[in-house]
Amino acid sequence: MEKNKHFITGVFSDHSVLLSAVKKIREKNIKIHEVFTPYPVHHLEDALGYKRSWMPKAAFLFGITGTTCAILMQVLMLGVDWPMIIGGKPFISIPDFVPVSFEMTVLFAAFGMVGTFFFVRDLKPYKVPRVFDRRSTDDKHIVAIDLVANNEKTQDELTSILQESGAEEVNTRNFTDSDNEASFVKYVVDLFSNGVTSSSRSLS
Amino acid sequence: MQIVSQVREPLVTGGKTYKDITEDICKPVEAKPNKSWLVAVTASIITLAAGGYFMGDMLWNGIGKWGLNKTVQWAWDITNFVWWVGIGHAGTLISAVLLLFRQKWRTSINRAAEAMTIFAVICAALWPVVHMGRPWLGAYWALPLPNTFGSLWVNFNSPLLWDVFAISTYFSVSLVFWFIGLIPDFATIRDRAKTKVSRLVYGMLSFGFDGSAKTWMHYESVSLILAGLSTPLVLSVHTIVSFDFATSVIPGWHTTIFPPYFVAGAIFSGFAMVLTLMLITRYVYNLQHYITLEHIELMNIIITVTGSIVGIAYITEFFIAWYSGVPYEQYAFINRMTGPYWWAYWSMMTCNVISPQLFYIKKIRTNIMMTFILSVIVNIGMWFERFVIIVTSLHRDYLPSSWVYFSPTIHDIMCYVFSFGLFFTLFFMFAKFFPVINMAEVKAVLKDSDSKVYKGRVTIPNNVVPDEDKVLT
Repeated sequence: MEKNKHFITGVFSDHSVLLSAVKKIREKNIKIHEVFTPYPVHHLEDALGYKRSWMPKAAFLFGITGTTCAILMQVLMLGVDWPMIIGGKPFISIPDFVPVSFEMTVLFAAFGMVGTFFFVRDLKPYKVPRVFDRRSTDDKHIVAIDLVANNEKTQDELTSILQESGAEEVNTRNFTDSDNEASFVKYVVDLFSNGVTSSSRSLS
Repeated sequence: MQIVSQVREPLVTGGKTYKDITEDICKPVEAKPNKSWLVAVTASIITLAAGGYFMGDMLWNGIGKWGLNKTVQWAWDITNFVWWVGIGHAGTLISAVLLLFRQKWRTSINRAAEAMTIFAVICAALWPVVHMGRPWLGAYWALPLPNTFGSLWVNFNSPLLWDVFAISTYFSVSLVFWFIGLIPDFATIRDRAKTKVSRLVYGMLSFGFDGSAKTWMHYESVSLILAGLSTPLVLSVHTIVSFDFATSVIPGWHTTIFPPYFVAGAIFSGFAMVLTLMLITRYVYNLQHYITLEHIELMNIIITVTGSIVGIAYITEFFIAWYSGVPYEQYAFINRMTGPYWWAYWSMMTCNVISPQLFYIKKIRTNIMMTFILSVIVNIGMWFERFVIIVTSLHRDYLPSSWVYFSPTIHDIMCYVFSFGLFFTLFFMFAKFFPVINMAEVKAVLKDSDSKVYKGRVTIPNNVVPDEDKVLT
C-alpha cells in the first residue's frame, strides 16, 4: 500500500492577511509545512521563523576564491612562468592586475552563489515540482499544513483555525509516494500520453 | 509597513488585480504570433541575412574589405563596439542600481531592459571578435590558454585584455541575473500552460520553481547580492572600455575624465534605447497601465541628467586641451570642431547636448511621440560621439604626410546593419516567447502602488486586517 501524504491548504488573497494568519496559526502551536506565494512577501520568513538566508556568505566565499585565483593566475603567468618587460613596469605590477581580479571576483561570486541557490533549493531543469495549488503562481497565497505532523489537532479544528485567520478557502491535498519522488521521465511520458490535465503529478 | 508617498503616481494604473497582471503578460506568450510580429521578425531576419552576406564576405576575404587604412586603423568597428556596449548598460543599471536605491518603478521595465542589455552586449562582442580577422584562432589571443609558444601568456597589463574579462563577465553575470528574474514567471506560465510542449518547455525553464517561502527568501537574497555585484560591474565595464583609449598617447584620447564620461554616456544611450524599444512594446502589447507616463517621464529625466553630464564632459575636454598648453591636444580639439569631420562633431553636439535639454519642458518629456523621436536622436548622437573620438583623433597622424580622410565602404555599413538585424531578431524572439514584464515583481509592488484601487477590488474581512494595515477613513 502506498503511504499518502495529507495536507490541508488555506487560500489567501491578501499578503497582509496572510502575514497575520501565519502569526496566529503559529501562536496556536501548529506547524506550517510551507507557504507558497506568487511573489516575495516581505517579513513572511520572519513570521514563519526561518533563519536569515546565508546566500550572502556563500557569495563572499566564492568571491574571495575568485580574487585569489585571479591574482595567483596573473602573478604565476607574468611573474613566474614567463616574465616580460612591458612598458618598463615590474613583472608583477599589482595595479595592472586590479581590473581582472575584480572581474573574476564578481564572476565567481555571482556564479557560485546562484549555483549554491539552485543546489540548496533543488532547482534544476528536470525537476517536477510538487504543486499544492496551481493558483500559487498566479494570484493566491497558499498555506500548507501537514496533517500528520499536527496529529494532536483534528482536520476540522485545523480547518476552522485557517478560516478564522482569514482563509478564503480550505482544501485538502494528498500526495502519493510516487508524487513525492516523481521521476522526470515518468512525468514527461505521462504528459505526452495523457495530456496536460493528467500528468504523473497532476496540477489540479 | 510600507509608507507610500501621496505625491507619487501609482506604479500600475487601471485598477489591475494580481490575476489581471498574469493575464495581461501571459496572453502574448500563449497566443499565436500575430501579423505585426511576423512582419517585424521577417524584416529583421532579412536585415540579418543581407548584413550576413557582407559579414561573410568580409570574413572570407579579410578586413581589408573595410575602409580602414594605415592611419585610421580603427573606425566603424570599434565605434560600433563602444556604441553597443554603451547601450548594453541600461538594463543592468535599471535592475541593479535602481534595486539598490529602492526605485520601485523599475519593476515594469527591468525585464525588457535586461534582455536588451544582453542582446546589445552580444552585438558589441561581435566587433572585437570579427576584427581579429581570423576569429577562430581568437581564443588563443584573448584568453590565458597554454599554447605552443612555450606558453606565451596574454598581457595582463593591457586594457584590451581587461576588456575581454570585463565584457565576458558582464555578459554572463547579466545573463544569470536575467534568468534568475525569469524563473518565477516561467513557473507562472508553466502552471497556466494548456499545451503539452509549453508545459514541458516552460516547466524546464522554470527549474521546478514552486514559490515556497523558503525559496523566495533565498531568492530575494540572491537578487540583492547580484544587484550589489552588478552595480560596480556595470560601472567597471565602460570604465575599462574607456581605458582602451585613455591609456594610449593619442591626442584626444589621453584623458583622465574618460571613465566617468563614458559611463554617463553609456547610461544616456542605454536609457534612450530602452525608451525606443519600450514605447514600441508598450504600444504593441497594450501595456499602457504598466509602463505609464510616470515611467517615461522618469527615464527622460535620467536622460537629461546624463546628457548634461556628457555635455559638461565635452566642454571640460576642450578647456583642459587649452589649459594643458600641449599644441597636439589643442589641435586635436580645434580640428574636431572645424576640421574635415566638423559635420560629425556638430551632429554629436546637437543630438547629445542640445536635444535632451528639451526634456526640461514637462509637455515634451511626457509626450510619447517626442520621447520616441528624441530617444532615436540621442542614439544617433552617441554613435557620432564614438566616431568623433575615434576617427578624428586618428586621421591626423603625427606626420602630416600620413593625414587621410576615412570613408566607410559598403562592408563597413552592411556589417553594422548586420548587428542591427541580429539585435532586433533576438529582441523580437524575446518579446514573443518570454514574458516582457516581470510579473512577480510587479505583483509585489501592486498593493503599495495602488492601494485605493486595490482595496476597492478585494474585500478584506475587517477583523483579520492587521492594525497597521487598516485603511484610515
